[in-house]
Amino acid sequence: MKIKIYALIFFLHFSSILSANQIVDQNTIHKNLRCLVCQGQSIADSNSDFAQTLKMVVKDLINQGKTEEEIYDFLSDKYGDWILYKPKFNLENFLLWFFPYIVLVVGGFIIVFLIKKRSKKV
Amino acid sequence: MPKTIKFIVLIVLIFLLGVFFISLNKSTDYNTEHLIGNKLNKIKFESLEHKKIFTEEDFKKNNYTLINFWASWCAPCRIEHPILIKLSKEQNLKILGVNFKDKKINALKFLKDLGNPYDYLAKDTSGKESVNYGIYGIPESILIDNKYIIKKKFIGPLNLKDYDDILEVINSL
Repeated sequence: MKIKIYALIFFLHFSSILSANQIVDQNTIHKNLRCLVCQGQSIADSNSDFAQTLKMVVKDLINQGKTEEEIYDFLSDKYGDWILYKPKFNLENFLLWFFPYIVLVVGGFIIVFLIKKRSKKV
Repeated sequence: MPKTIKFIVLIVLIFLLGVFFISLNKSTDYNTEHLIGNKLNKIKFESLEHKKIFTEEDFKKNNYTLINFWASWCAPCRIEHPILIKLSKEQNLKILGVNFKDKKINALKFLKDLGNPYDYLAKDTSGKESVNYGIYGIPESILIDNKYIIKKKFIGPLNLKDYDDILEVINSL
């Protein structure tokens, strides 16, 4: 009996975590969308006409059940990747994502090389 | 410093200079030219004057359709209006005017005063429909063919060069 209760509690807890992850946060989306007619502002920070329209469109898309990713896909299809503050991971900008790691690995390699060389001298 | 490290540093420097060179020579002006060649799916606009919905079926028979987003409160729309009037005389072209975030009475007065170049008159009162066409300010115009493929996109008021570009496309049949 106890096991069944624990299993039920675990199931309810787990499903609540899953559903919480599925909730699309309107503000997060607004912050990641560039206001194309403003100077370096997201639509969350702007009251421009364009930002207001985009906020309404985002709200409609959420109500239609679209996920955050689907909303970004829809808008980048219409306005290009420039509308997204967080760039997409694709072939065109993979260097943008990987370059810091490449620098880290190469830099680490150089440091290890220099340390080894110095310790040999000592 | 060993040769390998010197080589790596040199490669990184050349790479960075290359990135700066390419980026600084690139135009940073935002535009939506990437939409050219795309197909417009599900065209849907409410008529400004009647209880009618314009869909892609209405434009199927036209060789070319110019979708022009305009408003009576938009000063640059007045500037491009004579170009639209000139374009309205072209045989291969029909013009759909989408009245953007405007009042019907003002829109109709605008057309009465300056002339009506539009074969179809639609409205987008909230501005939400225009997002489907990558519109972020007006005036903007999109030239499509009878397969709804975007042939040209114009941001800002149409000028004489745009007029020539449109004629070149529509007369290439």
